[in-house]
Amino acid sequence: MTSAMEKNISGQAAIVGLGATEFSKNSGRTELKLAMEATLAALKDAGIDPADVDGFCSYSVDKVPEYEIARLLGCKEVKFFSQIPHGGGAACAPIMHAAMAVASGVAKTVVVYRAMNERSWYRFGAGSYGFASTPIFENVNYGWYMPHGFHTPAAWVGMFAQRYMHEYGATSEDFGRVAVAARDFASTNPQAFFYERPITLEEHQKSRWICEPLHLLDCCQESDGAVAMVITSTERANELSVKPVVIKAGAQGIAEGQQIMTSYYRDDITGLPEMGVVARELYKQSGLTPDDFQTAIIYDHFTPFVLPQLEEFGFADRGKAKEFIRAGHHARGGKLPINTHGGQIGEAYIHGMNGVAEAVRQVRGTAVNQVDNVRNVLVTAGTGVPTSGLILGSAD
Amino acid sequence: MADYEWLKPIREMVGREYGRIIAWDEVNPAMVRQWCEVMGVENPLYTDAEYAHQSEFGELVAPPSMLQSWCEAGFYRDSYAPGSTEDNPYTVLKLIEAEGYPSVVAVNSELTFERYVKMGEKLYYTTRFDAISEEKVTALGTGFFVTLIMSYFSINDSGEDDKVGELLFRVFKFKPANPVARPEKTESGLPKIKRPKPGISDDTRFFWEGCEQGELRIQHCKACDKLQHPPAPVCMYCHSFELDYQLASGKGQLYSFVVMHYPEVPPFDHPNPIGLIELEEGVRLSAQLIDVDKDQLQIGMALEVRFETFDDEMTLPLFAPVSAAAESLT
Repeated sequence: MTSAMEKNISGQAAIVGLGATEFSKNSGRTELKLAMEATLAALKDAGIDPADVDGFCSYSVDKVPEYEIARLLGCKEVKFFSQIPHGGGAACAPIMHAAMAVASGVAKTVVVYRAMNERSWYRFGAGSYGFASTPIFENVNYGWYMPHGFHTPAAWVGMFAQRYMHEYGATSEDFGRVAVAARDFASTNPQAFFYERPITLEEHQKSRWICEPLHLLDCCQESDGAVAMVITSTERANELSVKPVVIKAGAQGIAEGQQIMTSYYRDDITGLPEMGVVARELYKQSGLTPDDFQTAIIYDHFTPFVLPQLEEFGFADRGKAKEFIRAGHHARGGKLPINTHGGQIGEAYIHGMNGVAEAVRQVRGTAVNQVDNVRNVLVTAGTGVPTSGLILGSAD
Repeated sequence: MADYEWLKPIREMVGREYGRIIAWDEVNPAMVRQWCEVMGVENPLYTDAEYAHQSEFGELVAPPSMLQSWCEAGFYRDSYAPGSTEDNPYTVLKLIEAEGYPSVVAVNSELTFERYVKMGEKLYYTTRFDAISEEKVTALGTGFFVTLIMSYFSINDSGEDDKVGELLFRVFKFKPANPVARPEKTESGLPKIKRPKPGISDDTRFFWEGCEQGELRIQHCKACDKLQHPPAPVCMYCHSFELDYQLASGKGQLYSFVVMHYPEVPPFDHPNPIGLIELEEGVRLSAQLIDVDKDQLQIGMALEVRFETFDDEMTLPLFAPVSAAAESLT
């Protein structure tokens, strides 16, 4: 019997089904319908009977309840369901929770999903959210920012980015190089918003300001769409016909001085210490190091936070991610091509779940921009918020 | 919770009787008929003399629920029939209001009837200040339930006036939890869009009250002497709940900044520069930057607080370059 110290979810569960809708600016159908399309596609991909699903996990901001999906799937005994808070910070955590549920024996077949009409029905970047004056924490917290008109995710990210540039000499062009690489991958991905529409660094620099220091082309486009996956035990996965994508590690992170998008009161605001928490845990669970990855999905709702993430995971030293980027290591043909689907900058913003999907395809060997000999893929979730991460890989 | 000092004299008023308020008119068939028409009451007992004659009453009676209307004031405000007294049972509400409870909502109106009232009877009522609750927190706001009981009598020649019914009337006198500002009209006729107001809690109120007085108040731990912002209910360093505040000098440096361009959300002007300011005292806060060319913004530049009031209802600490702040004083 293993002691508590030795317990580990690494390698105990696998992603065996992947489904998604098309990504668009107006899906033309309900979020529930998007969720059902993606979920049924994922179950079909896995070759698992929908009625066998006994667990669900999604984001707390997802508006499609798991019980309705369960009802429509005809599930009879659902024994595990959870939701992860903090917006895109949740992106990897549903898979981690599913792996924990499977590893502990609480559930056997867990569906994770994210379905949203975040473009056509509502937008996170609108700048007008109607926070009320009731003294619940959220209203009080955003009260420090909203009355000043400091009210968009781009602006909250920009405040970190400006300081990061100041301290390390990174420039808007470095952020631009992230966007250019993403749009390059998107240009060869038929599922991407920006299929066949690459950009140059010059175009990035000329694009209008959204919130200085962020140009338009530093920002992802808000999107409609859904992604779903099916997780089961690696043991059972071996009985299925698809190649299992093993969950080698999963972690969540909150670090000292953590807030939602506004952790400005830490001694240093140039890092993402919550991502450092995730990185250390992922490496510990998996026994892997930065050299063990052939590709990575680095959360990119806005380009600037890609740089400190590369540093938190040890792909570059503190403040040195700009050199990594300038060398093109992150781009097509580089030593660690990131966001090979085009990222959220180039493919679509499905709150990071489309990035997990790309990692699954890279491990399976079915990505449109397939990297050679992929054994391990790192995936990260939303930045500036309590976050999460995954390491997915092949069984061998 | 212990009572407020100012409540004591009000509590001593409980039990006091006010009035009488006398009806302008005797109970009469014309008013009954009109009331029944307006209210859609079709019971012939009130309007059909022949039918009423066959009833157990032997004559027309007034609808019981019409009780209050007999003693209402006349068409002109506060015109009560001769013989009515001028003392006002709502005095107690005014006393509570003076302590910062401006809003009122009726919560109970319960009629009790002793008997039917017949044509020709002359009614009056008296009001008893029956009760005031402890301070209650409700979804509407925080305040007091005040109960009044109106007793209705029929004047009797024998001198022994005859009670015909009673009204329990309860109101909630409160300070609203979410004051709803009436939108101001602009020249175009559209409501003026105001800046979003902050949610304010017991942990942060001192900061906003300080802004109203032109003070930049930073939370201070009495136990370990450290400062923290944003304010919290407990010291994040030593976990003491013994917190007060210090007045910041209002001087600081620009630690980081953004300039907001899009989306353009009213009522803000764009581009809108926002700073993260490190105060001399060592804590940071974020605020709009004013009187500055956005292209002159530089991390490390000296800034000074300037309090500005918006929409006559919210004062914010904004920051300007020190030189500009000094110039504005001359």
